[in-house]
Amino acid sequence: MAATDEMYQAVIIEHARSPRNYQPLAAPTHHCDGRNPLCGDEVSLDLVIDADSKITDVGFQGQGCAISKASVSMMTAAIKGKTIAEARELFDRFHALVTGEPTDEAALGKLVAFKGVAAYPMRVKCATMGWHVMKEALTENGERRTED
Amino acid sequence: MTAVAAVLRAEFPVLETLSRGRATVYLDSAATAQKPQVVIDAITRFYAHDYGTIHRGVYELSERATLAWDAAREEVARFLGAPSAEEIVFVRGTTEAINLIAESYLKPKITPGTTVLVTEMEHHANIVPWQLAGAKTVAIPIFDNGELDLAAAERLLANGPALLAVCHVSNALGTVNPVAELVRMAKRHGVPVLIDGAQAAPHLPIDVQALGCDFYCFSGHKVYGPTGIGALWVRGELLKAMPPYQGGGDMIDRVTFEHTTFARAPGRFEAGTPHIAGALGLGVALQWLQSLDRAAIHHDELELLAYGTGLLGEIPGLRLVGTAREKAGILTFVIDGVHPHDIASMLDGDGVCIRAGHHCTQPLHHRLGLQATARASLAMYSSRADLETLAHGLVRIQRMFN
Repeated sequence: MAATDEMYQAVIIEHARSPRNYQPLAAPTHHCDGRNPLCGDEVSLDLVIDADSKITDVGFQGQGCAISKASVSMMTAAIKGKTIAEARELFDRFHALVTGEPTDEAALGKLVAFKGVAAYPMRVKCATMGWHVMKEALTENGERRTED
Repeated sequence: MTAVAAVLRAEFPVLETLSRGRATVYLDSAATAQKPQVVIDAITRFYAHDYGTIHRGVYELSERATLAWDAAREEVARFLGAPSAEEIVFVRGTTEAINLIAESYLKPKITPGTTVLVTEMEHHANIVPWQLAGAKTVAIPIFDNGELDLAAAERLLANGPALLAVCHVSNALGTVNPVAELVRMAKRHGVPVLIDGAQAAPHLPIDVQALGCDFYCFSGHKVYGPTGIGALWVRGELLKAMPPYQGGGDMIDRVTFEHTTFARAPGRFEAGTPHIAGALGLGVALQWLQSLDRAAIHHDELELLAYGTGLLGEIPGLRLVGTAREKAGILTFVIDGVHPHDIASMLDGDGVCIRAGHHCTQPLHHRLGLQATARASLAMYSSRADLETLAHGLVRIQRMFN
């Protein structure tokens, strides 16, 4: 087994091949686009957030490597049904996980599959780009963001 | 491994190191080449025994450093077949060389309609500097196999661009461009020619006088020398007429608060204390390279390229990008269903170093309808075993994703 196989967990490859919530939403309340000019990765994220600050629907589209695509796919599954505060908390936990900082791994559920990324500093940005886009989409609370 | 490569490989100590716990398989020489012991030793010896600044000191160390600097310039002139070392400007690399020409040669001639003719396969370093200087870049199209459309080149040259700026060898496709023919065409239209030799210098013999071009540049680090040093050759009469690029020490003749006059070329273009050890290392690298049987090395590399082309061709779902008839040792490819970054990352686990991305050729990738590609590139130390490890890894990756 090659060293990097630790990073390419089966669940990651599966999500990269069949990403969840992979479509634009008809009426998003929040939106953000992200792009990494160095590698060409792109993510476009739509959210529907209700009056109780709960994320009721998520959709994304984009281009990128398996790590980035699977990371956004699994993120969308994880934040659906969560409040803005919970989604932000998840961001912090996930960020800690992929940068090798201590965190409550049990609270991350399936996302713990990304733990292997921490050993490859050059790939951390692939795993976190979609998450940064999500955090950005949440910054203007209750307002729809136009494209950056 | 061919006999030549086996002997040469021992000269490169980094190839003995491990990558991710595996033997290092270095296939990213088009990005940067590894360094032979002779270059590493020369730089160490220089700093340990002969180091001082150039031109200014009267003491012996400065004298030794100045002699080393001048000798390196002579070595570069020999390497390029330049008529005189006075026509060689030391720069940080190909990128700075092109910026220098854009700023000093082109910018004073810029009018609203000025265009620079490039090709669809150019590196960003041979596109952006012209745009920064205020010119519009127009590209000679390529065919799908990565060869230039010479009939289109002829038509576009007739439109009167201020300059033709073309790579000798494509960093992304490996295409060896027919630069001598392009120069002849350009001359018929009175268009000066710059050749970006970054990828050609490690692989091909260069003779700027035979080529008949006006500017030729390359980077030291791709030709087994240090980073941060490269060379620019400019035809003598053009160089003499060019204004300074940067101001500072070493490039002046006489300075007053009212008026400054400048040094002769090439010193006029070398402001500030330069990368002295880098130039020395480059000189040693070139001398070493020219002491080898380059024809035999080139022959072996073409054989290795053919071998690699065959190996990769057998991998299901893999498509080679860049299949020109004349190529240098560059194997660029995509695999169905696998992003190039994942290919590179997973190969890294096997100790295999390749490049993934747009290789600083976004317009080319746009032309090919690709976001990114994976690229394995060869150097004199590359072996069949390297390519077999690569192919073995690619088969594993292809299975994992499909």
